[in-house]
Amino acid sequence: MKEQNPQERINNFNEVALGYTPEQAILEAKRCLGCKNAGCIQGCPVEIDIPGFIAEIKKGSFDKAYQVLKEKNNLPAVCGRVCPQETQCEKACVLAKKGKPIAVGSLERFVADWAISHGVSERPEQKFKELERNTQYAIGNTKKIAIIGSGPAGLTAAADLAKTGYQVIIFESLHAVGGVLRYGIPEFRLPKEIVDTEVGYIEKLGVKMEVNAVIGRIKTIDQLRVEGFKAFFIATGAGLPYFLGIKGENLNGVYSANEFLTRVNLMNAYRFPDYDTPVNIGRKVAVIGAGNVALDSARVSRRLGAGEVTIVYRRSESEMPARFEEIKHAREEGIKFELLTSPIKIYGYENGWVRAMRCLRNRLAEPDASGRRRPVAIPDSEFDFDCDLVVVAVGQGPNPLLLSTIPELKLNKRGNIEADPEGRTSVPDIFAGGDIVTGAATVIEAMGMGKRAARAIDNYLTKLINC
Amino acid sequence: MYRILKKEDLNPSVCYLEISSPQIAKAAQPGQFIILRITEKGERIPLTIHGFDEPEDTISIIVQKAGKTTDQLCSLNAGDGLLDLAGPLGKPSLAVKEKRVLFIAGGVGAAEAYPIARAIKQERGEVAVILGAKSAEDLILEKQLRALTSKVYVSTDDGSYGRKGFVTDLLSEILLKDKSFDLIYAIGPLAMMAAVSNLSRHYKVKTLVSLNSIMLDGTGMCGSCRVTVGNETKFACVDGPEFDGHLVDFDELMKRQARFKKKECRSRKLAGKK
Ligand SMILES: Cc1cc2nc3c(=O)[nH]c(=O)nc-3n(C[C@H](O)[C@H](O)[C@H](O)COP(=O)(O)OP(=O)(O)OC[C@H]3O[C@@H](n4cnc5c(N)ncnc54)[C@H](O)[C@@H]3O)c2cc1C
Ligand SMILES: Cc1cc2nc3c(=O)[nH]c(=O)nc-3n(C[C@H](O)[C@H](O)[C@H](O)COP(=O)(O)OP(=O)(O)OC[C@H]3O[C@@H](n4cnc5c(N)ncnc54)[C@H](O)[C@@H]3O)c2cc1C
Ligand code: SF4
Ligand code: FES
Repeated sequence: MKEQNPQERINNFNEVALGYTPEQAILEAKRCLGCKNAGCIQGCPVEIDIPGFIAEIKKGSFDKAYQVLKEKNNLPAVCGRVCPQETQCEKACVLAKKGKPIAVGSLERFVADWAISHGVSERPEQKFKELERNTQYAIGNTKKIAIIGSGPAGLTAAADLAKTGYQVIIFESLHAVGGVLRYGIPEFRLPKEIVDTEVGYIEKLGVKMEVNAVIGRIKTIDQLRVEGFKAFFIATGAGLPYFLGIKGENLNGVYSANEFLTRVNLMNAYRFPDYDTPVNIGRKVAVIGAGNVALDSARVSRRLGAGEVTIVYRRSESEMPARFEEIKHAREEGIKFELLTSPIKIYGYENGWVRAMRCLRNRLAEPDASGRRRPVAIPDSEFDFDCDLVVVAVGQGPNPLLLSTIPELKLNKRGNIEADPEGRTSVPDIFAGGDIVTGAATVIEAMGMGKRAARAIDNYLTKLINC
Repeated sequence: MYRILKKEDLNPSVCYLEISSPQIAKAAQPGQFIILRITEKGERIPLTIHGFDEPEDTISIIVQKAGKTTDQLCSLNAGDGLLDLAGPLGKPSLAVKEKRVLFIAGGVGAAEAYPIARAIKQERGEVAVILGAKSAEDLILEKQLRALTSKVYVSTDDGSYGRKGFVTDLLSEILLKDKSFDLIYAIGPLAMMAAVSNLSRHYKVKTLVSLNSIMLDGTGMCGSCRVTVGNETKFACVDGPEFDGHLVDFDELMKRQARFKKKECRSRKLAGKK
């Protein structure tokens, strides 16, 4: 796939990967064997009929390909860009054994983008139009469902429930919907226009979206029950930034990745002073962590004009959790990697600004609970690392704001909601899914849970009406 | 769009706004705040909810011009709208549970002190208030506070009204005479809250302060607002904004408040102000 040249792209926030041409898409699609027992489908958390949509691409009927995709996936243009395909569908593709699986992600993106640029994505599905006409819809329509959180889990559940005929309202605490897709993942990986288009489609299905609505503060679940909501889907994500708990973490110039990325992505700080929200740019930036969040922070720093950007990670390259493609992109953009390194202290100047970071070198020991080899500090290996900006990207946990107002809801030890694979929780009318259940995971897993929960909610409400 | 119903300039740098927002008006409690955005390109800024019951479906805020967004807010008028209004945020004030409370309000701090003091009066508690300002014209809400209690003491830095000097001068005089306060509640500039906390620590009177750290989401998601309280990191937007003044690391907080100074100045200048 064509990509923006690294030297150019570090000066802008435009998309890095430029997508297939129709010719390229058809050529790639033709390699697909159309397997009967398709491994790729089993590798896909939302069970897209992959050989099905690829077959349509082969024929050049992109419109049909889009309908097949949309059947299972409400956000194909998002997934085609950010899913870790290499560990999902593409890993399970029979051609992977021969070393070159079908580029399912790139094909998905192609079809979704084609649909957007040809106005096809604006058309509600045929099936939905039929639904509108049948009586089931009229009955269902009297039932109100509240979705709390507008990330991929919430959006997916909302779309599926609306298609089934329910009246769905999404409550979002920020002023814009999309969750991490909006405030976390940067423009150069996922243009906000794409998020807007996919959200627009979900609105066309009849889903109402209420922004600036912090549930737990403006209203509790109990109050929503009084207002007539019959079921709830909590999809509030992993919105609590973790810090390392080391000295100097509150110095000026130390950001959580959440703050850094929210300033830039949601508030457009990269367009300051045209936009009002500021963000500071370092000459030497250290990003702690090596997941997608860390890589995004590093690449954003680069684009904001930081002279030198380094990923500081406690394990080695093969344990890095970020997507392979993002690591490759970061390398091309000149991001450095200080591996097997743990920060133990951040130093500041008298005026409160960051000056340097004291670190330890690690070696790898036997695997730990995560299955990855555990880092162990090497004695006397301390060294100082000069930097004037630090972004802490070592993970996020469940935000307690809403959960603390629902004491009857069972949480696990880490504070995540306990829910079964269908999203059922300890409270019958409350369902949950996405990062608030699993801890920080992926877009597609969140969507998968949204889908299953939508089905479970439908079952629950159908039973309610039948007795 | 959230419509502004009423606008009043309390003095050249402070304005009062009434905004239509039935849901927030219904949910708000003393000590809580909102986050607003005026336009698409605007910043999200936190402001204390000053009033939330009169008339029923509006809230009011009192704004000190401090930079681009607050300048802009004070230039709006009745009939104009705000793009976003999220709230109520933060924990409701703990002070309303106390019987005898001494408020120390500097500048626009009075805007937050007032609803809490009124709630204490409604619970049959007693309040006293030390109002401080740079100069006579910067004082706000004096009349309203005097309606709540006969014990309103005023000081101005330049001596143009009330006692000349700082609120801490009045505070030490009062604490020398009267040891019966359950709580001191300080709200105003950071330096003032730090000075009050230092003094009241000496007199061993429990002290709450309301911190105005730099916020972004206001829901505990970003960590921008973090402050060290009793050697622990707290998020002012969800753990506060009220904290035990004797435990707050004011030195760190004051440094953190200056994080974006250069950019804020640039923003204000570009917007046509000094
Ligand atoms: C920087 C970054 C990069 C990532 N990159 C990738 C990637 O490349 N590929 C991938 O698959 N995954 C990636 N992820 C992970 C992925 O984005 C998440 O797993 C996914 O977004 C989780 O979806 P969700 O719906 O559970 O929650 P979220 O997307 O977190 O959305 C939750 C929403 O709920 C709202 N909310 C919270 N509390 C309340 C409340 N009380 N009331 C109302 N609303 C509330 C929040 O404001 C938010 O909008 C990345 C994550 C980050 C942070
Ligand atoms: C919980 C809380 C309640 C507040 N209540 C009131 C109130 O009732 N009335 C009032 O006049 N002011 C109040 N403030 C302060 C108000 O938020 C700032 O004055 C405002 O954000 C400044 O924005 P600006 O663009 O005009 O100025 P800027 O030029 O951006 O900044 C001026 C100063 O304001 C502070 N500041 C800047 N951005 C923020 C931010 N996002 N959050 C917090 N502080 C910031 C900084 O210390 C800065 O030096 C409150 C702050 C908090 C945290
Ligand atoms: S497994 Fe690979 S080759 Fe087979 S249908 Fe799926 S994508 Fe095509
Ligand atoms: S403002 Fe983001 S955590 Fe408090």
